Amino acid sequence: MRRIPWLWAAALAAYAFLYLPLAVVVLFSFNDSALNASWVGFTTAWYGKLLSDPAMLQAAGNSLFIAAVSSTAATVLGTMAGISMQRWRPRFLPFLVLTPVAMPEILLGVSLLLFFRQVLDLTLGLFSILIAHITFSIGFVAIIVRARLAGMDESIFEAARDLGASPWRGFVRVTLPLILPAIAAGFLMSFTLSIDDFVITFFVAGVGVTTLPLQIYSMIKVAVTPEVNAVSSLLMALTLTLIALAARFAPETLKGSR
Amino acid sequence: MRAPTSPARAPERLTRWLVTLPPTLFLVVFFLVPAVIMAAASFRQPGEFGGLAPLAQGGLGLEAYRFVFEDVIYAWILAKSFAVAGLTTALCLLLAYPLALLIARSPRRRRNLLVLLVILPFASNLLIRVYAWIIILGPLNLLYSPVAVIAGMVYVHLPFMILPLYTNLEKHDPALLEAAQDLGAGTWTRFRRVTLPLSLPGILSGSALVFIPVLGMFAIPELLGGTGDLLIGNLIKEQFLDNRDWPLGATLSLLLTVAVLAVAAITAGFARRRKEAP
Repeated sequence: MRRIPWLWAAALAAYAFLYLPLAVVVLFSFNDSALNASWVGFTTAWYGKLLSDPAMLQAAGNSLFIAAVSSTAATVLGTMAGISMQRWRPRFLPFLVLTPVAMPEILLGVSLLLFFRQVLDLTLGLFSILIAHITFSIGFVAIIVRARLAGMDESIFEAARDLGASPWRGFVRVTLPLILPAIAAGFLMSFTLSIDDFVITFFVAGVGVTTLPLQIYSMIKVAVTPEVNAVSSLLMALTLTLIALAARFAPETLKGSR
Repeated sequence: MRAPTSPARAPERLTRWLVTLPPTLFLVVFFLVPAVIMAAASFRQPGEFGGLAPLAQGGLGLEAYRFVFEDVIYAWILAKSFAVAGLTTALCLLLAYPLALLIARSPRRRRNLLVLLVILPFASNLLIRVYAWIIILGPLNLLYSPVAVIAGMVYVHLPFMILPLYTNLEKHDPALLEAAQDLGAGTWTRFRRVTLPLSLPGILSGSALVFIPVLGMFAIPELLGGTGDLLIGNLIKEQFLDNRDWPLGATLSLLLTVAVLAVAAITAGFARRRKEAP
C-alpha cells in the first residue's frame, strides 16, 4: 500500500466526491442567510421554521407511518421468500423477488399507476403507496435473509427435525433466533428504502397524500431555500442512523444487496 | 403456519407451500400482473380524458408503436439516454476502481468501516443528493446543462460501481501478485496483466448496476438538466402524468424494458463467455 500513494490520493478524492456535496447541504442548513451562497453566521432558525410548517409535519408523519407499515409487511413476506428460496429452491420466486430490485424504478412506478387506476379503479393515496413500497422492499429483505441462511450449516435444521420438532417449533426455536439479525437488518433496510423513496411514490401517490421526499421535490422545483437544507439534513441523519444500525446487525448487508 | 405436532415425518410439503405462497402471490398480483397490463396497454387507445379508452370503443391497435417509430425524436432520445448511461458508467468506473482497490487491500478489520463510508452517503435521499448539486453548480453557472446531468448521474450511482468491484477485488489471491512480482513484473504490469483481467466480472456487474438505473432516470435530467437534456424516463413520466397519453407511455416503457433486458442479457452473456473460456 505504501508504495502506491497515488492509490490513496485517488481513493481520497473519491471519498471527498462522495461527502463534500452532502456536507455543503448540512453546512448551509445552519447558515443565517436565505441564500445558499456564502457563509453569514450560525443559526438554527431554519429548523425552527421547519417544525412550525404544518405541511412539512404532515408529510413527515405520512412518511413515518408508511415506512413503519410497509417495512413490517415487507419483512414478513421477504423473510418467507428468503427462507423459501434457500430451502426449497422454487423456480419462479427468485425471478419475482429480484426483478423489481434490478429494474429502473420508473417502470415499477408507472405499471403500478396503470394497475391501480385502470384495473382496480382505486383512488391513489396511502394504500397505493403502501402496496408499492412493500413490492420493492420484499426483494431486499429476501436477499439479506437468504444470504444469512446460506452461510449456515443445514444440519442443525435436520437435527431439530430428527429430535421431533414440528416445522413451526423448529422455526421458532432454531431458525428464527439464528436469522433474527438478518431480519432486523432487512426491516431497517426496507424502512430506509420506504422513507427515502421518491420515484415510485411520485407515480402512485396521487394528489392527496404527500411524503417527505415528495415535499422536498416540490420545494426544490420552486426555489432553493435553507429550509430544504434543514429538512434534508434531518432526513439524512435519520437514514444514516438506520443504515449504520442495519450494518451492525448484519455486516453482510454491506456486501450483498444493491 | 401451525402444523400438526406429529413428530418424525414433518409435513414438509405443507410448510413449503405456506411459506412460499404468500410472497409469490403478492408479487404476482402487484408486480407481474401490472407488468403484463403495461404491455397490453401499449396496444390500446388513449382515453378522452386521459388513461385508456374503453376496449369496446377504442379497440386494439399499433397506433402508439407507429407514432414512436415514425417520429425520429424518440429514437434520438433513446440514443441520447444510452449515451448518457454509457458515459456515466465509464466515469463511475474511473472513480470507483482506485477506491475499491484501496478498500480491498486494506487490513481486514478496516474494510467494513471503509465500505460503510461508501454506503452512508448513498443511503441519503436521491433528491438530497441532486439538491446538493443544485447548490454547488448554481453559482458556477453550470446548472441546467448536460455537464450538470452527468455530474448528478455519476454522483448518485457511484456506489453501485464501488460495491461489486470491491466484492470482486477482495477475493483475489495476493499470491498471484507476489508471483508476478517475483517474475519481474512492475506495478503497472501487475495491474494490467493480473488484477484488471481478474476483476472483469466485477466491472461487468458494476457497469450493469449503473447503466440500467441511469437509463430510466427522470429526476436528475428534470432537476439538473435543461429542456434539451431530457431522456427516455422524462418522456415516460410526461405521458403518464402530464399529457395523459397512457398507450404512448406504455409503449415507451416497453421500449425501455427491452433496452434494459438487452443490456442485462449482454452482461450475462459476457460473464458466461468468460467463465467458459479456458
